[in-house]
Amino acid sequence: MPATFTRHPVEIERKDTGIGGKPPLDRRPTGGGGGDDNWDNRPNGRRGPRELLSRYRLGVLFALAGDLMFFVALVSAFFVRQSAGHFDARENYVSDWHALAVPPILWINTAVLILSSLTMEVARRQLFREIDVMDEWLGLGRPAVKRAAPWMIATFILGSLFLAGQWIAWEQLVQQGFYYNSPDPSSHFFYLITGVHGLHLVLGIFALAAALGAMFVLRRIELRQIAVDCTAWYWHTMGLFWIFLFALLAFFQ
Amino acid sequence: MKLFTTQHRRLGVLYLLLSLAAVAIGTLLSLVMRIHRVWPDTPLPIIGLLKPEDYLALVTMHGTLMIFFVLTIAPQIGFASLVLPEQIGARSMAFPRLNAAAFWIAVTALLVLLTAFFVPKGAPIGGWTSYPPLSAIPAAGPGEGAGMDFWLVSIGLFCLSSWLAAVNILATILGERRAGMTWSRLPMTVWAWLVTSILTLLAFAVLLAAIVLLISDRHFGSSFFVPAGDLINGRIVGRGDGSPLLWLHLFWFFGHPEVYIAVLPGMGLATSLFANFGRRRVRGYPVMAAMLIAIGFLGLIVWGHHMFVSGMNPYAGTAFALTTMAIAVPSTVEVLGWLTMLWGGGLRFPTPMLFALGFLSFFIAGGLTGPILAQPALDSYLHNTFFVVAHFHMVMAMAGTFSLFAGIYYWFPLMTGRLMNETLGKLHFWLSIIGAWGTFFPMHFSGLAGEPRHYDRLTGPATSFSGIIANERGITSAALFLAAAQLIFLWNIFRSARRGRPAPPNPWQATTLEWAPEPPTRRIERGPYEYEIAVNEMIFTPQWESASKQE
Repeated sequence: MPATFTRHPVEIERKDTGIGGKPPLDRRPTGGGGGDDNWDNRPNGRRGPRELLSRYRLGVLFALAGDLMFFVALVSAFFVRQSAGHFDARENYVSDWHALAVPPILWINTAVLILSSLTMEVARRQLFREIDVMDEWLGLGRPAVKRAAPWMIATFILGSLFLAGQWIAWEQLVQQGFYYNSPDPSSHFFYLITGVHGLHLVLGIFALAAALGAMFVLRRIELRQIAVDCTAWYWHTMGLFWIFLFALLAFFQ
Repeated sequence: MKLFTTQHRRLGVLYLLLSLAAVAIGTLLSLVMRIHRVWPDTPLPIIGLLKPEDYLALVTMHGTLMIFFVLTIAPQIGFASLVLPEQIGARSMAFPRLNAAAFWIAVTALLVLLTAFFVPKGAPIGGWTSYPPLSAIPAAGPGEGAGMDFWLVSIGLFCLSSWLAAVNILATILGERRAGMTWSRLPMTVWAWLVTSILTLLAFAVLLAAIVLLISDRHFGSSFFVPAGDLINGRIVGRGDGSPLLWLHLFWFFGHPEVYIAVLPGMGLATSLFANFGRRRVRGYPVMAAMLIAIGFLGLIVWGHHMFVSGMNPYAGTAFALTTMAIAVPSTVEVLGWLTMLWGGGLRFPTPMLFALGFLSFFIAGGLTGPILAQPALDSYLHNTFFVVAHFHMVMAMAGTFSLFAGIYYWFPLMTGRLMNETLGKLHFWLSIIGAWGTFFPMHFSGLAGEPRHYDRLTGPATSFSGIIANERGITSAALFLAAAQLIFLWNIFRSARRGRPAPPNPWQATTLEWAPEPPTRRIERGPYEYEIAVNEMIFTPQWESASKQE
């Protein structure tokens, strides 16, 4: 909030206590006897300027831990299904699994997603630069927001490019004759894993858009930091998940 | 009462009311099943004559309602919403609006589930475990079409709801404790919620993945679970080498931790109640807390004992048998811990204490059949009999329900400012414990005699179990008796909520923070169970007192 020069009502009311008289206890400039800072009634939890931030980070951490288990379950299903099969008439164990060659565009998509994680990280760090935070406290505008917004928009664009690239990969597979419901289980898994991960990224894109809006709407620096920070950790995690999922789809067929 | 609230205590009451609705419906379904078992040819009012598939639909919906909407919601997020923030000295849950969102998702899930009764061909018949290929092919049976879809959507929503609830509980316990509320000063219930929430995160995410795969099999032509050559109505519907065992692994990886999600909060509550009504400290507090964690951890690696007769590799079965029997160790430590707490005189027996002791009786009796079923050799005979039904109704359903009753009688003053009627409470307890033992204990004998699960009738051209019909009649009478006893409880709740005796502050002379007359304003400097034994005198130091207080 910019510094203002209007006189505070308390100051107007302050009575002159006479020469040598001490001001009343609660109006001493040094804080005096204290007792009115509501210290006993302060909110619970961890103390410090980042209390709220760490609460939201904890929430995101646990939510993502659950999400990790979701993907772990899919990956373990992948390996189980891969080894499934039946005995044919000659007692040979045959599997219906045929390795799927992933469309090469996935390499480009992966690079785009890693790049988007980098831009996201730059945006996130802008909001925590102490000089910018101090500037804002001193009423010198919102330098952090101005600096972070382009990087957020870049992340948004790169994220959308990744999703478009995934769509193109699907199109290419369809042209090769691999549908979701084609009899090959590797095809099911490819569509399912990329689809579920894509759904997570769509949510991430919404979160990015919301964080971008929140940067301009929210008045408290802390809340803006939370919006961007949580989105960033979600985004990084989805990037990390994708690297593992891509490695699974590309090299463990 | 305001319905759309983010206030944690009100949400706790709403969660409990949701569970109450679910338990009422689930109990009615079980009564219909019990009556049908002994009088299969008698038309029932409204429903008429029950077809075999109707019986299976009742089994499915009874299990689903009870396990998800009663035993998952009420002990974990229900009680945690009610008292967790106060117990750790916080103002509210870490994310109050998330708590409300999770509640309304759970309500939606319940409504979606109940809709399954009213779609064409009715509710699903695959059991609460929904094994494929029965559940994967809509044509496989009545109710496996639209009814099964509603079931899957409902449980998918439920996974989401309990996931959000667990995130909230964990963030609250880890981030919102008042200064001085160290790990060794947490009430045992908080430890239990911590463990169950971690289990929820790990287990429900896997169930959600399994549900996604199953929906894909049903509607999008994949073959994760449908085996090759799956024959339905003379037509081969199998599309590839899908593996029904895969569903079993994924499902039971959720399903077994689920048991501990249901029963661990009851164990934590029992510890608190034994300390309070015995007026003594919890001996070996760190060990009791560590054993809760050990049970939670072991609970994650024993899921295969549900699959001994499924065609799983017998060597894997041996490994799962070992881990399963290992769970007996921490469970026994807990039980011995409780028994040492109960040793000696001076116990008080108000209704919550009675129900906590009832919990203990079921936990021990149901737990003892656990190591029996953990032997693959014994399980291959017992698995498809009523012995298993008896086992899990004792150790999960009844132990869980009795701890729920204990919690409701104990925390009722926090919900309404009034005490529940003691006389009715004690009557409710004695009738319930007689009814519950009378219902579930004789099931062991039916099971040992070979009575199969999932059969809608015991007499008929092919099977003859006429020898155990008398036992079955007894079980049905006891079940009706047990259900009737719950009417006392309902009457007691609704009457005491409006006309009950106003509760004095800290009516149970408890030490934990939810009973503090006003939110504590200073550092916590006391342990959770600072009771002393004294003759004719209450000596205890609540956690909201400072350490320097002279007695």
